[in-house]
Amino acid sequence: MSTAASLHQSRKRRNGVMMTLCVIAAGIGLAWLALILGALLYKGLSGVNLAVFTEMTPPPGDAGGLLNAIYGSIVMTIIGIIVGTPIGVLAGTYMAEYGRFSKLTTVVRFINDILLSAPSIIIGLFVYELMVRPMGHFSAIAGAVALAILVIPVVVRTTEDMLNLVPNALREAGTAIGAPRWVVIRSVAYRAAMSGIVTGILLAIARISGETAPLLFTALNNQFWSSNLNAPMASLPVTIFQFALSPYEEWQQLAWTGALIITLTVLALSIFARSLTGRREDK
Amino acid sequence: MSAVQEALPAVKGSRDATVRRFALTDSIFHGMTRAAAILVLVLLGGVAISLFAGSWQALSTFGFSFLTTESWNPVTEKFGALAPIYGTIITSAIAILIAVPLGIGIAIFLTELCPRPLRRPIGMAVELLAGIPSIIYGIWGLFVLAPFLQTTVQPFIISVFHGIPGLNNLFAGPPYGIGLLTSAMILAIMILPFITSITKDVFDTVPSVLKESAYGIGCTTWEVTRRVVIPYTRIGIMGGVMLALGRALGETMAVTFVIGNAHRISTSLFAPATTISATIANEFTEAVGDLYTSSLVALGLILFVITFIILAIARYMLMRIDARTGA
Repeated sequence: MSTAASLHQSRKRRNGVMMTLCVIAAGIGLAWLALILGALLYKGLSGVNLAVFTEMTPPPGDAGGLLNAIYGSIVMTIIGIIVGTPIGVLAGTYMAEYGRFSKLTTVVRFINDILLSAPSIIIGLFVYELMVRPMGHFSAIAGAVALAILVIPVVVRTTEDMLNLVPNALREAGTAIGAPRWVVIRSVAYRAAMSGIVTGILLAIARISGETAPLLFTALNNQFWSSNLNAPMASLPVTIFQFALSPYEEWQQLAWTGALIITLTVLALSIFARSLTGRREDK
Repeated sequence: MSAVQEALPAVKGSRDATVRRFALTDSIFHGMTRAAAILVLVLLGGVAISLFAGSWQALSTFGFSFLTTESWNPVTEKFGALAPIYGTIITSAIAILIAVPLGIGIAIFLTELCPRPLRRPIGMAVELLAGIPSIIYGIWGLFVLAPFLQTTVQPFIISVFHGIPGLNNLFAGPPYGIGLLTSAMILAIMILPFITSITKDVFDTVPSVLKESAYGIGCTTWEVTRRVVIPYTRIGIMGGVMLALGRALGETMAVTFVIGNAHRISTSLFAPATTISATIANEFTEAVGDLYTSSLVALGLILFVITFIILAIARYMLMRIDARTGA
């Protein structure tokens, strides 16, 4: 065989080997993730019943539900979103509208990107030092503030990106008929970027509804029903953490069921959020 | 005629008032957005200051030896961060070693090999998986992966490497199931979607002309990937890997479930250990005494500094590839 032909053969062989490895990598990755979701569905579904949504977290060895934990998660998520969203939208507005080319925007964008992937347990420590230590006790409101701090960078990022996509001709048309800048932003830019901004908020909800670490030493946990924002409050992730590490079978089952509820919520939120922007891109 | 003349000053006056009102409301709105943007900076500054203030007691008591001491004893109040730092770095490093080749392989599969109708669904599935809360990975690691490793994989590896010097230390001890290697595997599966989706995104920035000209002179798919796509996107891939490393270093819940929370440095990858974030998560609410709490905050400060540097490098690299595609 000539050298050219053997070189051709070896190159083809090498290509075949590497491409097979890539297919195997994809197979391993997808199978691994499918295993996790499969186990979650299998173990979680067997514990789903009405009691989960109507009864309180039980004492060890008893049957019960997750009602107070679900309630706590919803309350703290809502407060976190209500506090974090306006700040995030306003900051994103500054970066895309008033200060698009200012130095401040470059710095804020860089710092915001770091906050976006900063370890959430650090945020928990920060809120502990900021609120829990001065107040002298754990509270739901401290947990909500910790979640709000996680919401801000997500919303800032999407708001800025989406406002940057709004064509300048739209803003110029608004300015040309005499509208001041903030009216243009409010009635033209926000309206054009609305679905994108809403997507950002939904992604932020998805992000914080599964967060555990920032709640561990801010909202702590509570075995009983509590709607007092100034007292410790249960949340689904922290309850899962506590129950999963316990030796009691009933608690472990509830942990799996809670994990399934969170996962389905997060997946539904992200799919809905993506479908909002996806439709826009198709147009 | 006279009616118009009478009306004019009124109109003029109201126009001035309107312009003034517009200018005022606009500057108020401008100020509000600017304040919100500055608040983002204040937040990060506040995090740094509060961590520094909270850890002052521990840092002034132990000084530099805090970083180099292994002992962590709440009874005698002797605290050193070496064991958590070691655990954090080892688990993250192994996770990166597992996840990077897999992630790049999947990205190559998605951009070069995957049948077109499957590309979007698989790409979307990968992105969705990146959003699953870490506690889910933790609970799976504790109840499914750890028992599996303990009963099948670990005894087998221990017996295989038993007589080989060096490796028998790396894979020594009773198979607990939980420990460094299990944590690293959970971290790897968690960061896999990140690495895949970022790598896929930067692969998509390679101009088709470059790839087509390589194919045109007879290159195989692998040669195009190895000699054209990867060199072109090297900075972006590195940025993605650093971003994933930042995640792995700070990841709390997934690791806390399966690390075993043992404050010691062991050469065996099967031994229980601890990481910075797992130590904080496990011990913070139970810490008695100011020095104990302060030492835990000091651990948080170390983690903050490490991840800040890693993430800053990652963002810088990703910004550079963004600038190139924008130009």
